[in-house]
Amino acid sequence: MTSSSAAFAKARAENRAALVGYLPAGFPDVDGSIAALRAMVDAGCDVIEIGLPYSDPVMDGPTIQAAAQQALEGGVRTADVLRTVEAVAATGTPTLVMTYWNPVERYGVERFAADLASAGGAGLITPDLTPDFAPEWIAAADQHDLDKVFLVAPSSTDERIAMTTAACRGFVYATAVMGVTGARTSTSDLAGPLVSRTKATTTLPVGVGLGVSNGAQAAEVASYADGVIVGSAFVRALLDNAGDRAAGLAALTALTEDLAAGVAGGVRA
Amino acid sequence: MSTYGADDFGWFGGVGAFGGRFMPEALIAALDELDIAWQKAMVDPAFVAEFEGLLQNYAGVPSMLYDAHRLSEHAGARILLKREDLNHTGAHKIRNVLGQALLTKRMGKTRVIAETGAGQHGVASATAAAYLGLDCTVYMGEVDTERQALNVARMQLLGAEVIPVKSGSRTLKDAINEALRDWVASVDHTAYLFGTAAGPHPFPSLVLSFVRGIGDEARQQCLDLTGRLPDAITACVGGGSNAIGLFAGFLDDADVDIYGFEAGGDGVETGRHAATIFAGSIGVLHGARTFVLQDEDGQTIESHSISAGLDYPGVGPQHAALAQARRATYLPVTDAEAMDAMALLARTEGIIPAIESAHAVAGTLKVAKERQGETLLINLSGRGDKDMGTALEYFHLGTAGAAK
Ligand SMILES: Cc1ncc(COP(=O)(O)O)c(C=O)c1O
Repeated sequence: MTSSSAAFAKARAENRAALVGYLPAGFPDVDGSIAALRAMVDAGCDVIEIGLPYSDPVMDGPTIQAAAQQALEGGVRTADVLRTVEAVAATGTPTLVMTYWNPVERYGVERFAADLASAGGAGLITPDLTPDFAPEWIAAADQHDLDKVFLVAPSSTDERIAMTTAACRGFVYATAVMGVTGARTSTSDLAGPLVSRTKATTTLPVGVGLGVSNGAQAAEVASYADGVIVGSAFVRALLDNAGDRAAGLAALTALTEDLAAGVAGGVRA
Repeated sequence: MSTYGADDFGWFGGVGAFGGRFMPEALIAALDELDIAWQKAMVDPAFVAEFEGLLQNYAGVPSMLYDAHRLSEHAGARILLKREDLNHTGAHKIRNVLGQALLTKRMGKTRVIAETGAGQHGVASATAAAYLGLDCTVYMGEVDTERQALNVARMQLLGAEVIPVKSGSRTLKDAINEALRDWVASVDHTAYLFGTAAGPHPFPSLVLSFVRGIGDEARQQCLDLTGRLPDAITACVGGGSNAIGLFAGFLDDADVDIYGFEAGGDGVETGRHAATIFAGSIGVLHGARTFVLQDEDGQTIESHSISAGLDYPGVGPQHAALAQARRATYLPVTDAEAMDAMALLARTEGIIPAIESAHAVAGTLKVAKERQGETLLINLSGRGDKDMGTALEYFHLGTAGAAK
């Protein structure tokens, strides 16, 4: 498997930011999510995040909540998430799983790491697990050569940012706003300072997520971040075309192209 | 501090065992700020005096310890009731919110949010907010707003905004999710008044520090009344605040047995219950490692109980540790057993308990069969006014002239 840092390095060599796209597995169903994620890869996503649907997603706003709930009602299992990873990672695009902690703990931390690695997954993004409570995951990730993507937030102290980036591998996920996932009409003025504070502690690439939904916003974020992370807008494209697979994929492709143009057009600092 | 307390990272029962802090990084600074403010407040005589003054002069604490003769006759054991039902707003919850709301003021925040199941914590929060001049928003599962409509009205009358939560199972766990989502976005000016001794560190220990008066008072009251400690103490366990408040006073009294009664719903064997410790497994929910009702993939399973306040698929981590250490025993009580006990207490003692508290009465009556002649102290955590709608339906009450 490839660490996601390779994709960030490639984007940097092309003088642009990387585009990181998120969709939950099993939404609208398992095969539908595989087709959707592959369309996102084809249209220009550099890194893929596959969400593991969870019953109590406290960091997610209504859009991703709705998708996760639909996936769970459709019967998606942890094994299906790993199957989705395998299908997407086969494209050669670094593929991470974004998951709340309990499903990993329940599966078995070591077993999850082993199965993720053998599916070709690049690592985990853990929105409700911070490095100071992650000794088991850190050990298992290191054992299986996986990326550990922890989050930093505008409220993080400099000490915590340093502690967090020291534990990360692959990239660092900077949350642009104080809030949950969901498209927002304007970009955040908290993200820029957070990225600077984060970069002061690490040479790892820094991706910015939460709220980006179009190419213009992506370009703005790309001017100061190494990666632009988009989730709810992709989910929204599928929700808005529920029942029409072809239209959903076309909308995803168009959105990916818009965002990819955005990350390429950002004026690089 | 008892040997059963948490370490500096919030672990109960050893590093990595139960508790901890499994939370988004965005909330860590707020939890640290809260932890520091709370620790400073608890050693500040002015804060402690203000808190105790409010409890006495406003909340009606200490609640009495009542020697329940007629129930005792029925049970064949001496039953003592810690009358938390007589507190202002009708439950033990007022102790917790007065502590947390005072802390909020001390921290200079102007708004509080809370989740609520039965509505008792919501009412208590709205009350404290009204009294201390704070804005208050309460998240309540849509299902619970229907079965506890009276408490919705009380919160509104007290000036709080009640937001029905329509996601997930539309009960207490989803109300907690929604409150956490609010908090991530409002944490600079908002405090989250957590309603039970669960959640991420420092909440389990912080809530305990405000409710532990229940046990400390009961211990002394029992000594004064009977000349000795009780043989056993009992409480119902939802998230675990009333129970840990009572238990804390007796944890180091090795001769006092401790029982927690969880909601058995339709019966644990039916799968429709909220007996988290008795029938759940270890996982992480709402920021802490504890016992959880979950499926093979770690998805939370919806709990079931006739009592909204016990209808929660998790439990405070200190209870998980006490169960593991075998210091306390946790047993299920079904809806039917609890409702029978509600009627029994009403008819023997003229006390209508909350359905939550009726679980403690029912469980104690079962335990009493093996403990004849002993002294059993029950935390009667709340009164039943809020539950009259449920009782009316369950017992087919309300038609004058109908057979009783
Ligand atoms: C009267 C009463 N007792 C008990 C509970 C359960 O909560 P806890 O287990 O935190 O005491 C509630 C919750 O609403 C309640 O209202």
